[in-house]
Amino acid sequence: MRLYSVLKGLRYAAGGLVIGLGIALLVGGAAQAAGDAKTAAKYPHKQHWHFNGPFGTFDALAVQRGFQVYKEVCASCHSMDLLSYRNLGQKGGPFYLDYCPEELGLPDTVDCSNPNDNPIVKAIAAEYMVVDGPDEFGDMFERPGEPKDRFVSPYANENAARAVNNGAYPPDMSVLTKARKSGPDYIYALLTHYEEAPQGFKVPPGQYYNPYYEGHLLSMAAPLSDGIVDYEDESVPETTSQYAKDVVEFLHWSAEPKLEVRKRLGFMVITYLILFAAVLYWSYRKVWADIEH
Amino acid sequence: MSHPSTYNPQSTFTKWLDSRLPIVRLMHDSFVDFPTPKNLNYWYTFGGIAAIMLVVQIVTGVVLAMHYTPHADHAFESVEKIMRDVNYGWLIRYMHANGASMFFIAVYIHMARGLYYGSYKAPREILWILGVIIFVLMMAAAFMGYVLPWGQMSFWGATVITNLFSAIPVVGDSIVTLLWGGFAVDNATLNRFFSLHYLVPFIIAGVVILHIWALHIPGNNNPTGIEVKSVEKDTVPFHPYYTVKDAFAIVLFLVLFAVFVFYQPNALGHPDNYIPANPLATPAHIVPEWYFLPFYAILRAITFDIGPLEAKLLGVMAMFGAIFVLVFIPWLDTSKVKSLKFRPIMQWLFVFFLISFLILGWCGQADPDKMLIQAGTNAAGEAVGFKVVHLSQITTIYYFAYFLIAMPIVGLIETPKPLPRSISESVLKRNEKKESDVGGAQPAPAE
Repeated sequence: MRLYSVLKGLRYAAGGLVIGLGIALLVGGAAQAAGDAKTAAKYPHKQHWHFNGPFGTFDALAVQRGFQVYKEVCASCHSMDLLSYRNLGQKGGPFYLDYCPEELGLPDTVDCSNPNDNPIVKAIAAEYMVVDGPDEFGDMFERPGEPKDRFVSPYANENAARAVNNGAYPPDMSVLTKARKSGPDYIYALLTHYEEAPQGFKVPPGQYYNPYYEGHLLSMAAPLSDGIVDYEDESVPETTSQYAKDVVEFLHWSAEPKLEVRKRLGFMVITYLILFAAVLYWSYRKVWADIEH
Repeated sequence: MSHPSTYNPQSTFTKWLDSRLPIVRLMHDSFVDFPTPKNLNYWYTFGGIAAIMLVVQIVTGVVLAMHYTPHADHAFESVEKIMRDVNYGWLIRYMHANGASMFFIAVYIHMARGLYYGSYKAPREILWILGVIIFVLMMAAAFMGYVLPWGQMSFWGATVITNLFSAIPVVGDSIVTLLWGGFAVDNATLNRFFSLHYLVPFIIAGVVILHIWALHIPGNNNPTGIEVKSVEKDTVPFHPYYTVKDAFAIVLFLVLFAVFVFYQPNALGHPDNYIPANPLATPAHIVPEWYFLPFYAILRAITFDIGPLEAKLLGVMAMFGAIFVLVFIPWLDTSKVKSLKFRPIMQWLFVFFLISFLILGWCGQADPDKMLIQAGTNAAGEAVGFKVVHLSQITTIYYFAYFLIAMPIVGLIETPKPLPRSISESVLKRNEKKESDVGGAQPAPAE
């Protein structure tokens, strides 16, 4: 029994040790974060995104504007290899049409809900020239893009990209919001926080200071500035932060094009499961009613 | 538990079948009329949940394999094709990716339950060892599965883990070459991992059948740890009593699963795995999936050589030893009492074991050199003090000490609390207590 009480004392001591360690972990962790603050990436602030939350959806107009920002600004350096033009006209995509707009006077046989027949998507794709072939003589040829084509890359290959970007390779943006921690908030913070480097911080030529980037130096100059993209809708401000918000909305749509249907289906599945669980619980009580357990 | 068969075929066909292949009789005796202790709590459901998750993984995995391309140049893109162009491909992939985590949650709880109630002790040693084998196979399957999307974490995780085998003396390098199918992690590695990732779950399914067989010979353990004395008083037939109770718990677990699949599908993964594998760019932190973290911490806790044995080899031995030691616990535990409910000292040591296992998991994802408590600086101006690696070392020692020291010694010196005479008595006692709590004035609850 005496040994037992010694052990009992020990277990309280051990309990105290565990709690003490826990506190030490927290305090130590905080001290550590403060110690590395010089070049560690700042933690991006949480933004209110239309797609957040269990019932979040994409703001289709913001996705459309974001696509415009991508097309006019980002696309000069960043590829989006996983996307095809047809994706823009798919259900849930920014240019999806339920039916053909009457003013176009398209014949009844055209189904604009089919992305391949969607006039907006066809027009966007046709702005690009894509290499096709070989033709019957074995030669490659260029033709205007069609909805089936992948987004045209700004560079022929990685080496070509590095050659004109000071050795840096602009990452593909197809799933970028999922490929970074807190992706949407991070990309927004990065785009809107190009700053003067603090005194004594050396910024080599061809590099730019941004506290939200790991190491604080990146090869991309501030891509956005007020008024750089001309929005059709005059009521939307043409500011860096608005552009950044819109392009993130677009990028998150491109990374998670099935987000809306996923959340909708999830609500139905979970509701069903909870109701089913209630029925099963009631059955359980009924079945076990006469059993002592 | 083995019991006389009560199956009584009625129709001409079932009689005909029963005299040739008594498969209906087997199912009836195993899952309908099987006598099950009446006092099993919800912790006992996690075995069934794990079995359901295995089925989910196999079904979703077979469908994914129809659309996946196991080639270093196409794997990443084919996974994205599943997400974008395959009908409900996003659902199937997110179920498969999160299903692995759910499977591990269920199995970890299932193992902790077995440890707490002494379910590994005689006569269930083989049952327990088969469980350890399933756990090892699961880890292999999960590791190889994580490589298949061929993202940055896939590639670098595969590189780090396969490199561990090079620590084995003499044959280590040959083993690594064999695992890689070449001299680096590349297309050949991806192909063999895909092949094995498809194979291993079916081996798991086979071992699960043995596991259930080995369960059905002695029958279920139960929270009292006392064996069934009277089938009539202590047990109920599996169906409908446990089919309905388990079904309720399984559906609740599926709600958790659905929350991840539909609302947090990437929370348990690593963002770097959405960057295509690049052998020329090492990620800043290479972290395995969460369910490997405690063992990863044990691997990295060994930072010192002992005699001719190098730290790397010792780390690998410690990591595999941490799983291998589980095989021996039926004989390491010297206590005559199974359930920790009646073992006042071991009960607390078990709680600390769980806490230290969680701390190991935290250490596994942290930078081992991260300073937790700085004591000062040394002559070279470097900070000295208590680092993550030291915390991993302490918890690693506790992990092994729990099995190798506490289990044999505490079993001999501890005075267990008085045991109820039987399962039925323990149930009656509990209910009497409940009624006296109510004060006796109110009518007894319906149950």
